Amino acid sequence: MTVPALDASARPAIARGFRLQWEVAQGAFVLLYPEGMVKLNGSAGEILQRCDGNRTLSWIVADLERVFARRDLAADVVAFLELAADKGWVEWRPSAERPGAQS
Amino acid sequence: MTSVTANATGQPGLPLWLLFELTYRCPLQCVFCYNPIDFARHSRELETAEWLRVLREARALGSVQLGLSGGEPLLREDLEAVVAEAHRLGFYTNLITSGVGLNEARLAALKAAGLDHIQLSFQDSTRELNDFLSHTRTFELKRRVAGWIKQLGYPMVLNCVIHRLNIDHIDRIIELAVDIGAEYLELANAQYYSWAHLNRDQLLPSRAQLLAAEQATQRWRARLGHRMRILFVVPDYYEDRPKRCMNGWGSTFMTVTPDGTALPCHTARMLPGLVFPNVRDTPLREIWFASEGFNRFRGLGWMKEPCASCPERTLDLGGCRCQAYLLAHDAAAADPVCAKSPHHGVVVAAVARAQRANASERPLVFRRREESLARSPGDE
Repeated sequence: MTVPALDASARPAIARGFRLQWEVAQGAFVLLYPEGMVKLNGSAGEILQRCDGNRTLSWIVADLERVFARRDLAADVVAFLELAADKGWVEWRPSAERPGAQS
Repeated sequence: MTSVTANATGQPGLPLWLLFELTYRCPLQCVFCYNPIDFARHSRELETAEWLRVLREARALGSVQLGLSGGEPLLREDLEAVVAEAHRLGFYTNLITSGVGLNEARLAALKAAGLDHIQLSFQDSTRELNDFLSHTRTFELKRRVAGWIKQLGYPMVLNCVIHRLNIDHIDRIIELAVDIGAEYLELANAQYYSWAHLNRDQLLPSRAQLLAAEQATQRWRARLGHRMRILFVVPDYYEDRPKRCMNGWGSTFMTVTPDGTALPCHTARMLPGLVFPNVRDTPLREIWFASEGFNRFRGLGWMKEPCASCPERTLDLGGCRCQAYLLAHDAAAADPVCAKSPHHGVVVAAVARAQRANASERPLVFRRREESLARSPGDE
Protein backbone atom coordinates (compact mmCIF):
# COMPACT_ATOMS: atom_id res chain seq x y z
CA MET A 1 0.00 0.00 0.00
CA THR A 2 3.05 2.27 0.09
CA VAL A 3 3.07 3.16 -3.57
CA PRO A 4 -0.49 4.45 -3.94
CA ALA A 5 -0.12 6.38 -0.67
CA LEU A 6 2.65 8.38 -2.31
CA ASP A 7 0.49 9.09 -5.33
CA ALA A 8 -0.96 12.52 -4.61
CA SER A 9 -3.86 11.94 -6.99
CA ALA A 10 -5.01 8.69 -5.33
CA ARG A 11 -8.26 8.91 -3.45
CA PRO A 12 -8.50 7.30 -0.01
CA ALA A 13 -11.86 5.93 1.12
CA ILE A 14 -13.16 4.35 4.30
CA ALA A 15 -12.93 0.60 3.65
CA ARG A 16 -15.92 -1.59 2.99
CA GLY A 17 -17.50 -2.77 6.23
CA PHE A 18 -16.16 0.22 8.16
CA ARG A 19 -18.10 3.31 9.10
CA LEU A 20 -16.83 6.61 10.43
CA GLN A 21 -19.13 8.61 12.65
CA TRP A 22 -19.14 11.29 15.30
CA GLU A 23 -20.21 10.00 18.70
CA VAL A 24 -21.67 12.67 20.95
CA ALA A 25 -21.40 10.44 24.05
CA GLN A 26 -17.66 9.96 23.49
CA GLY A 27 -16.92 13.41 22.11
CA ALA A 28 -14.93 11.78 19.33
CA PHE A 29 -14.99 10.32 15.86
CA VAL A 30 -15.13 6.54 15.98
CA LEU A 31 -14.50 3.96 13.31
CA LEU A 32 -17.02 1.15 13.50
CA TYR A 33 -16.46 -2.27 11.99
CA PRO A 34 -17.83 -5.77 12.49
CA GLU A 35 -18.14 -6.28 16.24
CA GLY A 36 -15.60 -3.59 17.02
CA MET A 37 -14.83 0.10 17.34
CA VAL A 38 -11.80 2.38 17.32
CA LYS A 39 -12.04 5.71 19.09
CA LEU A 40 -10.02 8.20 17.07
CA ASN A 41 -7.96 11.09 18.32
CA GLY A 42 -8.59 14.53 16.90
CA SER A 43 -6.17 14.49 13.99
CA ALA A 44 -7.09 10.94 12.92
CA GLY A 45 -10.74 11.98 12.89
CA GLU A 46 -9.98 15.08 10.83
CA ILE A 47 -8.09 13.06 8.23
CA LEU A 48 -10.52 10.16 7.94
CA GLN A 49 -13.49 12.52 7.76
CA ARG A 50 -12.07 13.71 4.45
CA CYS A 51 -11.49 10.22 3.02
CA ASP A 52 -14.65 9.92 0.95
CA GLY A 53 -13.20 8.21 -2.09
CA ASN A 54 -13.64 11.36 -4.19
CA ARG A 55 -11.06 13.73 -2.79
CA THR A 56 -7.42 13.16 -3.66
CA LEU A 57 -4.59 12.89 -1.19
CA SER A 58 -3.23 16.26 -2.30
CA TRP A 59 -6.63 17.90 -1.84
CA ILE A 60 -6.92 16.42 1.69
CA VAL A 61 -3.47 17.66 2.70
CA ALA A 62 -4.16 21.13 1.30
CA ASP A 63 -7.52 21.33 3.04
CA LEU A 64 -6.08 20.30 6.41
CA GLU A 65 -3.23 22.80 6.04
CA ARG A 66 -5.75 25.53 5.26
CA VAL A 67 -8.13 24.68 8.12
CA PHE A 68 -5.38 24.30 10.71
CA ALA A 69 -3.16 27.07 9.31
CA ARG A 70 -0.19 24.73 8.89
CA ARG A 71 2.13 24.20 5.94
CA ASP A 72 3.86 20.94 6.65
CA LEU A 73 1.22 18.25 7.10
CA ALA A 74 1.84 16.05 4.05
CA ALA A 75 4.27 13.66 5.75
CA ASP A 76 2.02 13.20 8.81
CA VAL A 77 -1.08 12.64 6.69
CA VAL A 78 0.67 10.11 4.45
CA ALA A 79 2.13 8.30 7.47
CA PHE A 80 -1.27 8.07 9.11
CA LEU A 81 -3.01 6.92 5.93
CA GLU A 82 -0.39 4.23 5.38
CA LEU A 83 -1.02 2.99 8.90
CA ALA A 84 -4.78 3.18 8.36
CA ALA A 85 -4.50 1.24 5.08
CA ASP A 86 -2.33 -1.34 6.81
CA LYS A 87 -4.98 -1.80 9.48
CA GLY A 88 -7.61 -2.15 6.76
CA TRP A 89 -9.50 1.02 7.72
CA VAL A 90 -8.81 2.78 4.44
CA GLU A 91 -8.64 1.60 0.87
CA TRP A 92 -7.28 3.45 -2.11
CA ARG A 93 -9.38 4.26 -5.11
CA PRO A 94 -7.37 4.69 -8.29
CA SER A 95 -6.55 8.22 -9.34
CA ALA A 96 -8.95 9.81 -11.81
CA GLU A 97 -8.72 8.39 -15.31
CA ARG A 98 -6.28 10.10 -17.55
CA PRO A 99 -6.90 10.41 -21.27
CA GLY A 100 -5.88 7.19 -22.95
CA ALA A 101 -5.79 5.26 -19.67
CA GLN A 102 -7.56 1.94 -19.64
CA SER A 103 -10.57 1.77 -17.39
CA MET B 1 -28.40 0.20 45.97
CA THR B 2 -24.67 -0.43 46.16
CA SER B 3 -22.33 2.41 45.44
CA VAL B 4 -20.63 2.59 42.07
CA THR B 5 -17.00 1.66 42.36
CA ALA B 6 -15.12 4.41 40.62
CA ASN B 7 -12.74 3.61 37.80
CA ALA B 8 -9.97 5.96 36.75
CA THR B 9 -12.44 8.61 35.64
CA GLY B 10 -14.70 8.14 38.64
CA GLN B 11 -17.57 6.97 36.42
CA PRO B 12 -18.44 3.61 34.96
CA GLY B 13 -17.83 3.41 31.22
CA LEU B 14 -20.64 3.58 28.68
CA PRO B 15 -22.57 0.53 27.44
CA LEU B 16 -20.91 0.79 24.02
CA TRP B 17 -21.80 -2.79 23.18
CA LEU B 18 -25.43 -3.82 23.28
CA LEU B 19 -26.51 -7.39 22.63
CA PHE B 20 -30.15 -8.16 21.94
CA GLU B 21 -31.00 -11.80 22.44
CA LEU B 22 -34.23 -11.43 20.53
CA THR B 23 -35.54 -14.91 21.27
CA TYR B 24 -34.51 -18.13 22.96
CA ARG B 25 -36.35 -20.04 20.24
CA CYS B 26 -33.97 -21.89 17.97
CA PRO B 27 -34.23 -24.60 15.33
CA LEU B 28 -30.94 -26.04 16.64
CA GLN B 29 -30.12 -27.95 19.80
CA CYS B 30 -26.42 -27.25 20.22
CA VAL B 31 -24.74 -29.02 23.11
CA PHE B 32 -22.49 -25.99 23.75
CA CYS B 33 -25.24 -23.34 23.77
CA TYR B 34 -24.67 -20.51 26.27
CA ASN B 35 -28.37 -19.72 26.67
CA PRO B 36 -29.48 -20.41 30.23
CA ILE B 37 -30.42 -23.96 31.18
CA ASP B 38 -33.87 -22.68 32.17
CA PHE B 39 -34.45 -20.83 28.88
CA ALA B 40 -37.81 -22.55 28.41
CA ARG B 41 -39.06 -20.82 31.60
CA HIS B 42 -38.53 -17.38 30.02
CA SER B 43 -40.84 -17.49 27.05
CA ARG B 44 -42.53 -14.08 27.21
CA GLU B 45 -40.57 -12.14 24.60
CA LEU B 46 -40.50 -8.36 24.36
CA GLU B 47 -42.83 -6.78 21.82
CA THR B 48 -41.42 -4.97 18.79
CA ALA B 49 -42.22 -1.55 20.28
CA GLU B 50 -40.33 -2.47 23.45
CA TRP B 51 -37.19 -3.49 21.54
CA LEU B 52 -37.34 -0.21 19.59
CA ARG B 53 -37.74 1.83 22.77
CA VAL B 54 -34.72 0.08 24.32
CA LEU B 55 -32.71 0.89 21.18
CA ARG B 56 -33.50 4.59 21.58
CA GLU B 57 -32.67 4.58 25.30
CA ALA B 58 -29.39 2.74 24.66
CA ARG B 59 -28.34 5.06 21.85
CA ALA B 60 -28.97 8.06 24.12
CA LEU B 61 -26.62 6.41 26.65
CA GLY B 62 -23.88 6.02 24.02
CA SER B 63 -24.39 2.44 22.81
CA VAL B 64 -23.07 2.11 19.28
CA GLN B 65 -22.44 -1.57 18.49
CA LEU B 66 -25.56 -3.72 18.34
CA GLY B 67 -25.44 -7.51 18.23
CA LEU B 68 -28.61 -9.32 17.20
CA SER B 69 -28.56 -12.85 18.47
CA GLY B 70 -30.68 -15.43 20.23
CA GLY B 71 -31.62 -18.32 19.96
CA GLU B 72 -31.97 -17.77 16.27
CA PRO B 73 -32.79 -14.10 15.65
CA LEU B 74 -34.28 -14.87 12.22
CA LEU B 75 -37.25 -16.41 14.03
CA ARG B 76 -38.36 -12.90 15.01
CA GLU B 77 -40.45 -11.55 12.17
CA ASP B 78 -39.67 -8.01 13.31
CA LEU B 79 -35.91 -8.45 12.84
CA GLU B 80 -35.97 -6.07 9.85
CA ALA B 81 -37.86 -3.46 11.91
CA VAL B 82 -35.29 -3.67 14.69
CA VAL B 83 -32.43 -3.36 12.20
CA ALA B 84 -34.07 -0.39 10.47
CA GLU B 85 -34.57 1.55 13.70
CA ALA B 86 -31.06 0.69 14.91
CA HIS B 87 -29.60 1.88 11.62
CA ARG B 88 -31.63 5.10 11.74
CA LEU B 89 -30.27 5.76 15.24
CA GLY B 90 -26.64 5.25 14.16
CA PHE B 91 -25.91 1.78 15.51
CA TYR B 92 -23.50 -0.51 13.71
CA THR B 93 -25.65 -3.62 13.38
CA ASN B 94 -24.28 -7.17 13.57
CA LEU B 95 -26.46 -10.20 12.88
CA ILE B 96 -25.26 -13.42 14.51
CA THR B 97 -27.06 -16.29 12.84
CA SER B 98 -26.87 -19.95 11.89
CA GLY B 99 -28.41 -19.03 8.54
CA VAL B 100 -31.13 -21.61 9.09
CA GLY B 101 -34.34 -20.06 7.81
CA LEU B 102 -32.59 -17.38 5.80
CA ASN B 103 -33.62 -16.81 2.20
CA GLU B 104 -32.52 -14.39 -0.46
CA ALA B 105 -35.52 -12.07 -0.10
CA ARG B 106 -35.13 -11.80 3.67
CA LEU B 107 -31.45 -11.07 3.38
CA ALA B 108 -32.13 -8.36 0.79
CA ALA B 109 -34.72 -6.83 3.14
CA LEU B 110 -32.20 -6.83 5.99
CA LYS B 111 -29.63 -5.18 3.76
CA ALA B 112 -32.19 -2.55 2.73
CA ALA B 113 -32.97 -1.96 6.40
CA GLY B 114 -29.30 -1.07 6.92
CA LEU B 115 -27.76 -4.24 8.32
CA ASP B 116 -23.98 -3.70 8.51
CA HIS B 117 -22.59 -7.15 9.15
CA ILE B 118 -23.42 -10.84 9.25
CA GLN B 119 -21.61 -13.52 11.22
CA LEU B 120 -22.61 -16.92 9.96
CA SER B 121 -22.07 -19.77 12.38
CA PHE B 122 -21.60 -23.42 11.80
CA GLN B 123 -23.90 -24.86 14.39
CA ASP B 124 -22.28 -28.27 14.20
CA SER B 125 -24.18 -29.62 17.15
CA THR B 126 -22.68 -33.14 16.92
CA ARG B 127 -26.06 -34.53 15.93
CA GLU B 128 -25.24 -32.88 12.65
CA LEU B 129 -21.57 -33.64 12.86
CA ASN B 130 -21.56 -36.31 10.22
CA ASP B 131 -23.63 -34.24 7.90
CA PHE B 132 -21.35 -31.29 8.52
CA LEU B 133 -18.16 -33.20 8.03
CA SER B 134 -19.42 -34.98 4.97
CA HIS B 135 -20.14 -31.66 3.23
CA THR B 136 -23.73 -32.58 2.54
CA ARG B 137 -26.77 -30.64 3.69
CA THR B 138 -24.99 -28.22 6.00
CA PHE B 139 -22.49 -27.48 3.31
CA GLU B 140 -25.22 -26.78 0.78
CA LEU B 141 -27.02 -24.47 3.21
CA LYS B 142 -23.86 -22.56 4.12
CA ARG B 143 -22.76 -22.27 0.52
CA ARG B 144 -26.13 -20.94 -0.56
CA VAL B 145 -26.30 -18.43 2.30
CA ALA B 146 -22.65 -17.45 1.80
CA GLY B 147 -23.39 -16.79 -1.87
CA TRP B 148 -26.21 -14.37 -1.00
CA ILE B 149 -24.10 -12.68 1.67
CA LYS B 150 -21.29 -12.06 -0.81
CA GLN B 151 -23.68 -10.95 -3.53
CA LEU B 152 -24.90 -8.19 -1.23
CA GLY B 153 -21.33 -7.00 -0.67
CA TYR B 154 -20.88 -8.15 2.90
CA PRO B 155 -17.60 -9.64 4.06
CA MET B 156 -17.97 -13.37 4.65
CA VAL B 157 -17.36 -14.02 8.33
CA LEU B 158 -17.71 -17.55 9.63
CA ASN B 159 -17.71 -18.81 13.16
CA CYS B 160 -17.37 -22.42 14.20
CA VAL B 161 -17.46 -23.55 17.81
CA ILE B 162 -14.69 -26.06 18.37
CA HIS B 163 -14.75 -28.92 20.85
CA ARG B 164 -13.48 -32.39 21.53
CA LEU B 165 -15.84 -33.98 19.01
CA ASN B 166 -14.95 -31.83 15.99
CA ILE B 167 -11.46 -30.52 16.72
CA ASP B 168 -9.76 -33.44 14.96
CA HIS B 169 -11.47 -32.34 11.75
CA ILE B 170 -10.06 -28.83 11.83
CA ASP B 171 -8.50 -29.26 8.37
CA ARG B 172 -11.85 -30.07 6.81
CA ILE B 173 -13.55 -27.24 8.67
CA ILE B 174 -10.99 -24.74 7.36
CA GLU B 175 -11.18 -26.28 3.89
CA LEU B 176 -14.93 -25.84 3.94
CA ALA B 177 -14.53 -22.19 4.94
CA VAL B 178 -12.12 -21.71 2.02
CA ASP B 179 -14.56 -23.44 -0.35
CA ILE B 180 -17.39 -21.08 0.51
CA GLY B 181 -15.11 -18.04 0.22
CA ALA B 182 -14.86 -16.92 3.85
CA GLU B 183 -12.64 -13.91 4.46
CA TYR B 184 -12.53 -14.42 8.20
CA LEU B 185 -12.91 -17.63 10.17
CA GLU B 186 -13.28 -17.77 13.92
CA LEU B 187 -12.46 -21.16 15.44
CA ALA B 188 -13.46 -20.60 19.03
CA ASN B 189 -13.34 -23.39 21.52
CA ALA B 190 -16.56 -23.74 23.47
CA GLN B 191 -16.69 -21.80 26.70
CA TYR B 192 -17.99 -23.94 29.51
CA TYR B 193 -21.15 -22.20 30.68
CA SER B 194 -24.76 -23.32 30.65
CA TRP B 195 -25.23 -26.24 28.23
CA ALA B 196 -21.52 -26.43 27.46
CA HIS B 197 -20.87 -26.71 31.20
CA LEU B 198 -23.34 -29.60 31.46
CA ASN B 199 -21.46 -31.29 28.63
CA ARG B 200 -18.00 -30.10 29.56
CA ASP B 201 -16.29 -33.46 29.99
CA GLN B 202 -17.53 -34.53 26.55
CA LEU B 203 -16.47 -31.23 24.95
CA LEU B 204 -13.12 -30.30 26.49
CA PRO B 205 -10.38 -31.37 24.06
CA SER B 206 -7.16 -33.03 25.12
CA ARG B 207 -3.86 -31.15 25.04
CA ALA B 208 -2.71 -33.27 22.09
CA GLN B 209 -5.89 -32.41 20.17
CA LEU B 210 -5.41 -28.71 20.83
CA LEU B 211 -1.79 -28.78 19.77
CA ALA B 212 -2.59 -30.60 16.54
CA ALA B 213 -5.42 -28.17 15.77
CA GLU B 214 -3.22 -25.15 16.38
CA GLN B 215 -0.52 -26.59 14.13
CA ALA B 216 -3.05 -27.29 11.40
CA THR B 217 -4.34 -23.74 11.73
CA GLN B 218 -0.79 -22.40 11.39
CA ARG B 219 -0.26 -24.41 8.19
CA TRP B 220 -3.45 -22.97 6.69
CA ARG B 221 -2.50 -19.44 7.74
CA ALA B 222 0.84 -19.79 5.99
CA ARG B 223 -0.86 -21.13 2.88
CA LEU B 224 -3.73 -18.63 2.74
CA GLY B 225 -1.98 -15.41 3.79
CA HIS B 226 -4.35 -12.46 3.64
CA ARG B 227 -6.94 -14.39 1.65
CA MET B 228 -8.61 -15.66 4.81
CA ARG B 229 -7.76 -14.68 8.35
CA ILE B 230 -8.21 -17.37 11.02
CA LEU B 231 -8.69 -16.74 14.70
CA PHE B 232 -8.14 -19.73 16.98
CA VAL B 233 -9.34 -19.47 20.58
CA VAL B 234 -8.01 -21.98 23.13
CA PRO B 235 -10.29 -23.02 26.03
CA ASP B 236 -9.33 -20.98 29.07
CA TYR B 237 -9.07 -24.20 31.10
CA TYR B 238 -5.66 -24.57 29.44
CA GLU B 239 -4.50 -21.13 30.61
CA ASP B 240 -3.17 -20.28 34.06
CA ARG B 241 -4.56 -16.77 34.17
CA PRO B 242 -8.23 -15.93 33.64
CA LYS B 243 -9.68 -13.88 30.82
CA ARG B 244 -10.66 -10.28 31.41
CA CYS B 245 -14.31 -11.13 31.08
CA MET B 246 -16.55 -8.70 29.14
CA ASN B 247 -13.78 -6.11 29.48
CA GLY B 248 -14.94 -5.77 33.07
CA TRP B 249 -18.37 -6.18 34.64
CA GLY B 250 -20.67 -3.31 33.73
CA SER B 251 -17.89 -1.48 31.91
CA THR B 252 -18.74 -1.79 28.21
CA PHE B 253 -21.35 -4.43 27.61
CA MET B 254 -25.06 -4.95 28.15
CA THR B 255 -27.22 -7.90 27.12
CA VAL B 256 -30.99 -7.71 26.92
CA THR B 257 -32.57 -11.16 27.10
CA PRO B 258 -35.74 -12.13 25.20
CA ASP B 259 -37.92 -11.31 28.21
CA GLY B 260 -36.27 -7.93 28.79
CA THR B 261 -33.86 -8.75 31.61
CA ALA B 262 -30.74 -6.58 31.37
CA LEU B 263 -27.46 -8.34 32.14
CA PRO B 264 -23.78 -7.29 32.32
CA CYS B 265 -22.93 -10.45 30.36
CA HIS B 266 -24.99 -13.03 28.54
CA THR B 267 -24.60 -15.72 31.19
CA ALA B 268 -24.86 -13.60 34.36
CA ARG B 269 -28.46 -14.66 34.84
CA MET B 270 -27.22 -17.87 36.49
CA LEU B 271 -25.68 -16.03 39.45
CA PRO B 272 -27.75 -16.56 42.60
CA GLY B 273 -28.71 -13.75 44.95
CA LEU B 274 -28.42 -11.08 42.27
CA VAL B 275 -31.50 -9.35 40.93
CA PHE B 276 -31.20 -8.01 37.42
CA PRO B 277 -33.55 -5.28 36.29
CA ASN B 278 -35.99 -5.54 33.40
CA VAL B 279 -36.24 -3.01 30.59
CA ARG B 280 -40.04 -3.29 30.72
CA ASP B 281 -40.20 -1.31 33.97
CA THR B 282 -36.78 0.31 34.47
CA PRO B 283 -35.17 3.00 32.28
CA LEU B 284 -31.90 1.86 30.75
CA ARG B 285 -29.94 4.74 32.30
CA GLU B 286 -31.04 3.65 35.76
CA ILE B 287 -30.23 0.02 34.95
CA TRP B 288 -26.71 0.88 33.81
CA PHE B 289 -25.72 3.37 36.50
CA ALA B 290 -27.83 2.56 39.54
CA SER B 291 -28.92 -1.08 39.59
CA GLU B 292 -27.56 -3.53 42.14
CA GLY B 293 -26.97 -6.12 39.42
CA PHE B 294 -24.73 -3.87 37.30
CA ASN B 295 -22.85 -2.40 40.28
CA ARG B 296 -22.18 -5.64 42.14
CA PHE B 297 -18.85 -6.53 40.47
CA ARG B 298 -17.81 -3.18 39.02
CA GLY B 299 -14.27 -2.08 39.67
CA LEU B 300 -12.09 -3.88 42.23
CA GLY B 301 -13.84 -3.22 45.55
CA TRP B 302 -15.76 -6.53 45.61
CA MET B 303 -12.64 -8.69 45.42
CA LYS B 304 -11.53 -11.24 47.99
CA GLU B 305 -8.10 -12.78 48.34
CA PRO B 306 -6.12 -13.83 46.39
CA CYS B 307 -7.46 -11.17 43.97
CA ALA B 308 -7.68 -8.25 46.40
CA SER B 309 -3.91 -7.93 46.82
CA CYS B 310 -2.88 -9.44 43.49
CA PRO B 311 -0.60 -7.26 41.34
CA GLU B 312 -2.43 -8.56 38.25
CA ARG B 313 -5.92 -7.66 39.45
CA THR B 314 -6.22 -4.64 37.15
CA LEU B 315 -5.28 -6.77 34.12
CA ASP B 316 -7.82 -9.58 34.38
CA LEU B 317 -10.18 -8.07 36.98
CA GLY B 318 -10.38 -11.43 38.73
CA GLY B 319 -11.65 -13.20 35.60
CA CYS B 320 -15.17 -14.39 35.01
CA ARG B 321 -17.84 -14.18 37.73
CA CYS B 322 -19.94 -16.94 36.20
CA GLN B 323 -16.96 -19.30 36.04
CA ALA B 324 -16.17 -18.49 39.68
CA TYR B 325 -19.73 -19.38 40.61
CA LEU B 326 -19.82 -22.55 38.49
CA LEU B 327 -16.46 -23.91 39.68
CA ALA B 328 -15.94 -22.37 43.15
CA HIS B 329 -19.61 -21.88 44.05
CA ASP B 330 -18.91 -18.27 44.92
CA ALA B 331 -19.39 -15.51 42.35
CA ALA B 332 -16.97 -13.24 44.25
CA ALA B 333 -14.13 -15.77 44.27
CA ALA B 334 -11.14 -15.66 41.95
CA ASP B 335 -11.86 -17.33 38.60
CA PRO B 336 -10.56 -20.89 39.24
CA VAL B 337 -8.78 -20.82 35.88
CA CYS B 338 -6.20 -18.72 37.73
CA ALA B 339 -3.33 -20.80 39.14
CA LYS B 340 -3.47 -18.59 42.26
CA SER B 341 -7.07 -19.58 43.00
CA PRO B 342 -7.54 -22.02 45.89
CA HIS B 343 -10.07 -23.76 43.62
CA HIS B 344 -7.70 -24.14 40.66
CA GLY B 345 -7.64 -27.89 41.37
CA VAL B 346 -11.14 -28.18 39.85
CA VAL B 347 -9.78 -26.94 36.53
CA VAL B 348 -6.67 -29.11 36.79
CA ALA B 349 -8.86 -32.17 37.42
CA ALA B 350 -11.10 -31.40 34.42
CA VAL B 351 -8.04 -30.96 32.21
CA ALA B 352 -6.57 -34.23 33.54
CA ARG B 353 -9.81 -36.08 32.69
CA ALA B 354 -9.68 -34.59 29.19
CA GLN B 355 -6.36 -36.38 28.55
CA ARG B 356 -8.03 -39.78 28.88
CA ALA B 357 -9.36 -41.56 25.83
CA ASN B 358 -12.84 -41.82 27.31
CA ALA B 359 -13.19 -38.56 29.17
CA SER B 360 -16.87 -39.15 29.89
CA GLU B 361 -19.31 -42.00 29.59
CA ARG B 362 -22.36 -39.79 30.02
CA PRO B 363 -24.51 -39.04 27.00
CA LEU B 364 -24.53 -35.49 25.62
CA VAL B 365 -27.36 -33.26 26.78
CA PHE B 366 -28.92 -31.40 23.86
CA ARG B 367 -30.31 -27.90 24.30
CA ARG B 368 -33.95 -28.88 24.02
CA ARG B 369 -37.05 -27.40 25.55
CA GLU B 370 -37.88 -30.64 27.40
CA GLU B 371 -34.37 -30.81 28.85
CA SER B 372 -34.63 -27.18 29.91
CA LEU B 373 -37.93 -27.74 31.72
CA ALA B 374 -36.70 -30.95 33.33
CA ARG B 375 -33.54 -29.26 34.64
CA SER B 376 -35.03 -26.04 36.03
CA PRO B 377 -37.54 -25.56 38.81
CA GLY B 378 -40.79 -24.06 37.57
CA ASP B 379 -43.94 -22.49 38.94
CA GLU B 380 -46.24 -25.10 37.44
